[in-house]
Amino acid sequence: MAAMTADEMQSIEKRYPDVFRRPLYKRFGPLFLFAGTLLYLVYALWFFSLPQVLRESHWERLPLFLTQWISYDLQPEFRLDQPEITPKYPRFSALGDDPHPDWVITNADGSFTILVDGPAKSVTFDKAEATLVANGQTVPVSLISGKPVISGPVPDWISAHDDEVVARMGFAGEVRITVDRVKVRKRFLGWANFVFDTRSPFFGKSPGEVASLLVSGPELKPGTSNIALAADNVWNNAQWQHGDVWTKLLQTIVMAFLGTLLGGVVAFPLAFFAARNITPSGLLSQVLKRFFDFMRSVDMLIWALFFTRAFGPGPLAGSAAIFFTEIGTLGKVYSEGLENIDDKPREGIKSTGANGLLVQRYGVLPEVIPVFISQTLYQWESNTRGATIIGAVGAGGIGLKLWEAMRTNSNWANVFYMVLLILLVVFIFDNISNFLRRRLSRTIHDYNRIQAAQNQ
Amino acid sequence: MTPIMTLSATIQSDAAGQAADAWRRQSSLRRLYTAIGIGLLLATLCGTMWFADEANAGHFFDRLPHILDFLSWLVPKDWNDVWRALFDVASPHDTGTQEFNFPLGRVHVWGGFYIPEYFELMLTTLNVALVSTFIGFIFAVPFSFIAARNLTPSPALRLVVKRFMELLRAFPEIVIAGLFAAIVSIGPVAAIIAIGLHSIGALGKLFYEVNENIDMRAEEGLRAVGANWFERVRFAGLPQVLPNFMSYTLLRIEINVRISTIIGAVGGGGIGEELKLSISRGFGAKTLALVLLLFTTIFLVDQFSAWLRRKLVGEQAFLMSA
Repeated sequence: MAAMTADEMQSIEKRYPDVFRRPLYKRFGPLFLFAGTLLYLVYALWFFSLPQVLRESHWERLPLFLTQWISYDLQPEFRLDQPEITPKYPRFSALGDDPHPDWVITNADGSFTILVDGPAKSVTFDKAEATLVANGQTVPVSLISGKPVISGPVPDWISAHDDEVVARMGFAGEVRITVDRVKVRKRFLGWANFVFDTRSPFFGKSPGEVASLLVSGPELKPGTSNIALAADNVWNNAQWQHGDVWTKLLQTIVMAFLGTLLGGVVAFPLAFFAARNITPSGLLSQVLKRFFDFMRSVDMLIWALFFTRAFGPGPLAGSAAIFFTEIGTLGKVYSEGLENIDDKPREGIKSTGANGLLVQRYGVLPEVIPVFISQTLYQWESNTRGATIIGAVGAGGIGLKLWEAMRTNSNWANVFYMVLLILLVVFIFDNISNFLRRRLSRTIHDYNRIQAAQNQ
Repeated sequence: MTPIMTLSATIQSDAAGQAADAWRRQSSLRRLYTAIGIGLLLATLCGTMWFADEANAGHFFDRLPHILDFLSWLVPKDWNDVWRALFDVASPHDTGTQEFNFPLGRVHVWGGFYIPEYFELMLTTLNVALVSTFIGFIFAVPFSFIAARNLTPSPALRLVVKRFMELLRAFPEIVIAGLFAAIVSIGPVAAIIAIGLHSIGALGKLFYEVNENIDMRAEEGLRAVGANWFERVRFAGLPQVLPNFMSYTLLRIEINVRISTIIGAVGGGGIGEELKLSISRGFGAKTLALVLLLFTTIFLVDQFSAWLRRKLVGEQAFLMSA
């Protein structure tokens, strides 16, 4: 392509002034926006004192917590200052009251061998000496001088403190040795005792054994069938609290359902009086619109806190909070939907001499119902998520349970269990609501197509 | 009275009569289905209401007569205390209890100039919402172009990004907040991370749906002159979708202000925490001041965002979406 002459350039410039001579705010608007955002971010950095927060944060905990989501550990302790070395397991450990795990081996000479991860990662000890094995290295720790002493070089997976030797064996666990005790933490992938807890008579049995007991075994608890007993044991599992978790989950679902549906029922008639084109009085329309704004702006949290005080904690408070917020949201959405309708069907019905109610029923409703239902489904979806959060302030449902499980930082597996359930519920509801909305939008689409065909 | 009856009365031909019969059959069947649907819905409604009432600490009909009693603590002895609480002015009713220690919360800037405590807390909540929306926007824009069917650089990557955003969207914010509270300490930073991650998923979904509806002729033109993926997205995609992106982002700010208040109430700092304390202890004047401030702020944010959205994309901005 030949180069343009200066004249040609000028003529193009003259012909398209809106491209080449744009007003100042349009030319520098993005720049100012960018600079403003940058300035704001610097301010936010200072406001939240982010550098300090990040410096003081404990990122090393993140992988630890995340592994706890999908694993559990057992922490037997071996006292060396007693006449005989005996393993001690913490109360309520995942192994039950009388544990004899096969990874704790009592040797013929009275010493113990603990296989943290097979023989390749293990510790063998008696009162005088402990031998750590990991990463292809064997490290003896002498315990006779009143301190744990490692003779020779200390590998980097062992930290030798003044009175304690800590051997880290990766995901599999760790061994802590002092002169009077050896403490082992062995980590297992999975969730311990997910089905039956340690108090259940079915504890520790293989699935085959449990199945045969259920079908034809002798009654484990006289007077109760084995199936009922098993169901009761699972439902009341002390560690996982299936019964409680599922009930609370159902409460969350109910809160979202009740709040959205009742909100829709109340908002529906009000929206007709709030819609500019339908309302009998402009003043009423304004009052109702401000009322909707009020209900929305008071915010679900405030409603939740108030109703928790009024009704006591529980799903009733949560439902009421969602209900009040939803009157505002759905009222606004519905009345905007009504304001956007095509006026012709209404005029047609009116011309037949139908009364006001019939005009709305046959002239307005067929047009807006699919839109209303679709918007209500959207709100239902988002309230199912919202109900989880407001639960944490006491408004019932799984939120509070989640929050309590997290506060101790020790129950991450339970947290993950609940998260999985919530994800499942959100996923199912999203799909139901998507399916219904797709069918509805087909109705809306058909309606538009027929109208377009008639207009031609 | 239905139009069909008058229709069949005037048109006497057989064919019309048959058609009217068929229509009547169909519409009665339809009415039956509607009735069954509404009946089922009502039954579910009653069932769930009973369930919610059973599970609650206080029952609906027991508590209903006492609703107004409960409101009585809200009424302050002196209405001026609401203003004093809001602006941290000393109250004559101050007896050293937490209920009236208004000036204690002043955040001194310099000299005698101070920011009232509640305004500072409201600012924290607003900043959490703004910063997390910003995080959401920054990540959602590139993700949305990868996830859009018509613009994606690779279908496999598109699927990964889409699933990832779905996960972020569905993951309860409160769990992320709780997890990060244990890492970066309880407070607004954990809330920012939680709400920011959620915003990535929520905005990303809305954005890629916008992207999938763009006019592809501009992109074809750029493809014809050999533009790479980044250039095509930058010069063919972005200019078309930016107004919609901004509109959705503004909508997100509205939602995030609300979420950050709630996350605040469970340990994320800001005004939510103070409100929860104030209500649970029954401090009338403080509660009213907080509610007034929160209400006004949310109202103003909503109105401002609605005005800006109307300027950006016109009336279509008001089609709500989650």
